[in-house]
Amino acid sequence: MGKPYQVIDHTADIGLHVFGADSAELFRNAARALTDVITDHRSVVATESLNLTITGLDWPDLLVNWLRELLYLWSGKELLVESVEIEQISAHRIVATAFVESYQSERHRIHNEIKAVTYHQIDVSKSLTGWQAKIILDV
Amino acid sequence: MALRKIDRFRWELPKTGRMNVPGMIYATAAMVRGSDQKEPLKQVANVATLPGILKASLAMPDMHWGYGFPIGGVAAFDWHSGVVSPGGVGYDINCGVRLASTQLTEEEVRPQLETLVNTLFRNIPTGVGARGPLKLSTQEEMQVLREGSRWCLRHGYADDEDVEHTEDGGCLPDADPKLLSDRAMERGKKQLGTLGSGNHFLEVAAVDTVFDPKVAAVFGLREGQVTVMLHCGSRGLGYQVCDDFLAMMNKQVRHLGIDLPDRQLVCAPLESETGQDYLRAMACAANYAWANRQVLLHRAREVFQRVFGIGPRDLGMRLIYDVCHNIAKKEEHLVEGKRRMVCVHRKGATRSFAPGHPAICKTYRSAGQPVIIPGDMGRASYVLVGTEKAMEETFGSTCHGAGRRLSRKAAKRASKGRAIHRELEDKGILVRWTGRGTLAEEMPEAYKDVSEVVNVVHGAGISRKVARLRPMCVIKG
Repeated sequence: MGKPYQVIDHTADIGLHVFGADSAELFRNAARALTDVITDHRSVVATESLNLTITGLDWPDLLVNWLRELLYLWSGKELLVESVEIEQISAHRIVATAFVESYQSERHRIHNEIKAVTYHQIDVSKSLTGWQAKIILDV
Repeated sequence: MALRKIDRFRWELPKTGRMNVPGMIYATAAMVRGSDQKEPLKQVANVATLPGILKASLAMPDMHWGYGFPIGGVAAFDWHSGVVSPGGVGYDINCGVRLASTQLTEEEVRPQLETLVNTLFRNIPTGVGARGPLKLSTQEEMQVLREGSRWCLRHGYADDEDVEHTEDGGCLPDADPKLLSDRAMERGKKQLGTLGSGNHFLEVAAVDTVFDPKVAAVFGLREGQVTVMLHCGSRGLGYQVCDDFLAMMNKQVRHLGIDLPDRQLVCAPLESETGQDYLRAMACAANYAWANRQVLLHRAREVFQRVFGIGPRDLGMRLIYDVCHNIAKKEEHLVEGKRRMVCVHRKGATRSFAPGHPAICKTYRSAGQPVIIPGDMGRASYVLVGTEKAMEETFGSTCHGAGRRLSRKAAKRASKGRAIHRELEDKGILVRWTGRGTLAEEMPEAYKDVSEVVNVVHGAGISRKVARLRPMCVIKG
């Protein structure tokens, strides 16, 4: 497996191109990409875990809702996500555990303020080589 | 996409496919030829497919690629048959700018500039996750959401003139805080009186050129005078309101039979319960943003008084005007000879009402509405005035700023090995900032030249130049 994700250029915002061998890996890598846009995931050492159940109308909607929820952990509760474990996943529902740490200003460097995860040009697709998704964050 | 030239500053994107109206782009030939125009033009065409859109999907010369709507986009929808789209307002609801004048001159401020910028930076909360000086209870937060600038007036953060010189008196009616999610309310509690990050800033500038002395005198501007400009919005509360309604409308839109070219354009009929609820929730966020900018202005007044050792009267920091540039408004406009009630979406665009319009405060009504256009940190900002032509052509709207030219990544690349703050210092501009990447991402070259943008709206007649401001010092998130 190559790079889990790439950052794509977008004039006003940040685009992510995420890859995965299957849907679970795609969603795990998307979570990693989001953390890296906010801070450096290597600086996060999880101290607690949270159970998450997210629903969506289809794969793109589920991916937006998933990242939305993870972003809220940061913007609403000041929790940074070290990693996630996906227990169940379908096009309409994801059950997962997020391993998080409370923000510590002396250790965590914040790179970007993400306003939101947008639906703009959202794309989730499956091919012979695996899954990929494109998603744009409003920063 | 092929554009049809109308005149020097206007280009039509002809109606094709599912577009209900054509597109109309205000730009120079060089601007529309830019390679960065493909995506935003597609977005102009996408907006034109929405139900009930009137006249044209409009784009201002600072147009650039947004999400859903282009940034710099204006679209008006018939109040009865049209829609409201949270994406057409944007996440940062009522992001806007305000400009205040002072009695100080550039010669008086220059020797103290370093102390001034440092004191401003220490006293104005900036950066990601910055907390404000106020921690609101739910009760107080609800009052802020209902009252906007008027809440500030009641609590000693504003004077009567501040409220009067704010678009809509700093308070949109019908705001209903009960429509906000717990998440939105939670995010709003800690952030009142914070600048935020990204392109938000506080800038001290000198009036460099007056183009229209008569109107400048009405606005209280003269050459050499020092001004303060603030650019920020509704912070996390606004982003959450937008996000909550996008999620809700996405679930509902399938049942409405509206076929969207981009999910980010999701919308609800203006007369539906969801549409009305969005407008009432948006009004809360808009009021929060006005209160936010007002608390920040109050802070700036305190800092200036301390640094220069003078009282409020000698400082004379008067709010010239406050405009929003991410908003949807119920307004009456003349469409094909008939007065119609419409919902004007301005996403990265400014209201530009003509002289005599009843929505303009009495002091300025005969001159026209002040329009504040911030540029980048290194070049200039402008004060314009609204015109009759804007009423006729653009639902009383004009541009909102310089518009990004480089992506954040490209800006970082272009700034590699350079000390942007030194380059600015050499030009006499002092900068203080919080985020590591902020300065590179926000460097002057990342933006189009605001003077070119302003020359288009002036040339097209949708607003007129009144004065130009030259930056002296800037604080950023």
